[in-house]
Amino acid sequence: MKRLLVGLSALVLLFFLVSLVTGPARIGPVEGLQALLRGGDGSAVPLVMREIRLPRALLGVMVGASLGLAGAAMQGYLRNPLAEPGLIGVSGTAALGAVLSIQTGFAAQYVLALPFAALAGALAAVLLIVVLAGPRGSSLTVILAGIAISALAGALTSLVLNFSPNPYATSEIVFWMMGSLADRAMLHVWLALPFVVLGGALLLSTARGLDALTLGEDAAQAMGVRLGRLRLAVIVGSACMVGAVTAVAGAIGFVGLVVPHLLRGLVGASPARLLPASALGGAAMVLAADILVRVVMPERDLKLGVVTALVGAPLFLHLIYKTRRSLP
Amino acid sequence: MVGPKTLGALLFGGVLWLGAAPVVAAPERVVSMNLCTDQLAMLVAGPDQLVSVSDLSLDPDSSAMVEQAGGYTINHGRAEEIYLLDPDMVVAGAYSDPASVGMLRRLGVAVEVFEPALTLDDVRERVSQMGAALGREARAAEVLAGFDARRARLHSESGDNPRAALYYPNGYTLGDATLAGDLLAEAGFDNVAAELGLAFGGALPLELLVMAAPDTIMTSPMRSGASRSEDILGHPALASLRNGAAGLTLTPPDWMCGTPFALNALDALVAHRDKLLTGDAE
Repeated sequence: MKRLLVGLSALVLLFFLVSLVTGPARIGPVEGLQALLRGGDGSAVPLVMREIRLPRALLGVMVGASLGLAGAAMQGYLRNPLAEPGLIGVSGTAALGAVLSIQTGFAAQYVLALPFAALAGALAAVLLIVVLAGPRGSSLTVILAGIAISALAGALTSLVLNFSPNPYATSEIVFWMMGSLADRAMLHVWLALPFVVLGGALLLSTARGLDALTLGEDAAQAMGVRLGRLRLAVIVGSACMVGAVTAVAGAIGFVGLVVPHLLRGLVGASPARLLPASALGGAAMVLAADILVRVVMPERDLKLGVVTALVGAPLFLHLIYKTRRSLP
Repeated sequence: MVGPKTLGALLFGGVLWLGAAPVVAAPERVVSMNLCTDQLAMLVAGPDQLVSVSDLSLDPDSSAMVEQAGGYTINHGRAEEIYLLDPDMVVAGAYSDPASVGMLRRLGVAVEVFEPALTLDDVRERVSQMGAALGREARAAEVLAGFDARRARLHSESGDNPRAALYYPNGYTLGDATLAGDLLAEAGFDNVAAELGLAFGGALPLELLVMAAPDTIMTSPMRSGASRSEDILGHPALASLRNGAAGLTLTPPDWMCGTPFALNALDALVAHRDKLLTGDAE
């Protein structure tokens, strides 16, 4: 387990460095990293490294860690391998919250209005899912509720954007639904960071409870796990993390599905051990996807969510196929 | 055998017949369905000749003739509402909805299409085209005379051309093969987009803009309402770049369409260049 975490951390660090030196401007890796560390007089290379590439790489880590961790926590709590923030509509409602805060002008007045609104949106979805489905909810209920919430959130987001007097608003739906890390600034890192850290702490604290929950609710209660507290921690923690990263990067799906699935075998199927592993795995996956979109089609502005969906959706279908006999 | 007198009479009759070819009457009810044709038509049309203009000409962020547009019936570019206005000519842009234009033609309405102007010389041609379409050649010639006189007066001092970049929401830039690019060239700037191989423009990654370090960056003003696309105009890297490079905020109504108002943009550019060359710009 320790070796897995060390290995994943090394992978994240590697991808982080590669992400820092990837981009349309031709800056040599050594020159770039030196400029990043030494700063400069506002000349081009340090400016690009510190203000454009650094926030992008940092956000890659934060987005991936949040989605991976939230996915693992939800799967542990709902005891359902198909639960994932994108699929069950949490990312979609977070995006709706973010769009509402921008279009009503609140985000322009209070800088924190954006992450808070996204958080509120995510919270609404997570609450709804948990109320409808768990912790004993069947896969079908979870997925169906997720489809309905995703569809409603997507429709409302489009509606809000269409109402805007701004000519650019309507085409932004692509960003909100598919996500992107392009052109982000350090401001976005600072906006999301407190919520990511808070949410991460909450979710990591559920580790023991989730392990106990695998034995059943009664057994877990007998072991001293406070189920109400556990539920609250999962709900608020997931909403914080997913809300914050969706507010700055749009809705990115399938990370919370693919990563826990790949790592579950390596941690012996223990939800507690899966949590930190998924956080690191998620960070690695999003960084890799972000490097890919810059290397494969640099002129075309490929959205991050496209790559994660290309990887995640076939996996999702595969999982459904494998578990279809156990679905009611 | 046709004798010389008969031949002469036939020839004379022929000439008379040709000379008396029916003159096409100027249209009396003209409807415009495109922002650029709205403005051209408002400049050139006779009293009561222009019946309706599109809703875009009322938008102060896009139209240079908002006040005048208020005096006309407003249409939304839909074939049905335009047809109900009973026009005998419709003027449209090349990128107006082809379904609407096709429908109008099928309904028997004459539609004259105007290509977008990509250079200031194109602007002259569009004005002439509007004059011909509306049967107002004399008025069009008047407008052109004013245009040419003003254009001749607007020229900057000689010197090295400063390097300029146009930067719009979503990181969009415009190259030399556009009206904005032509205005830059005529005012005496070198377009960074051309250096980077973007002839028509397109998405310019912020990194490349920073590395290109232009002498001046020109951006559009923030539109009403809010959007994420405009976030990039407030990016710290761009702000940093603007500290070292003079900025200019464009006035979209003058830049958007190929009308004589483009000379307002040229005026602003020439003044900006003069300031840059004398080191006065902030």
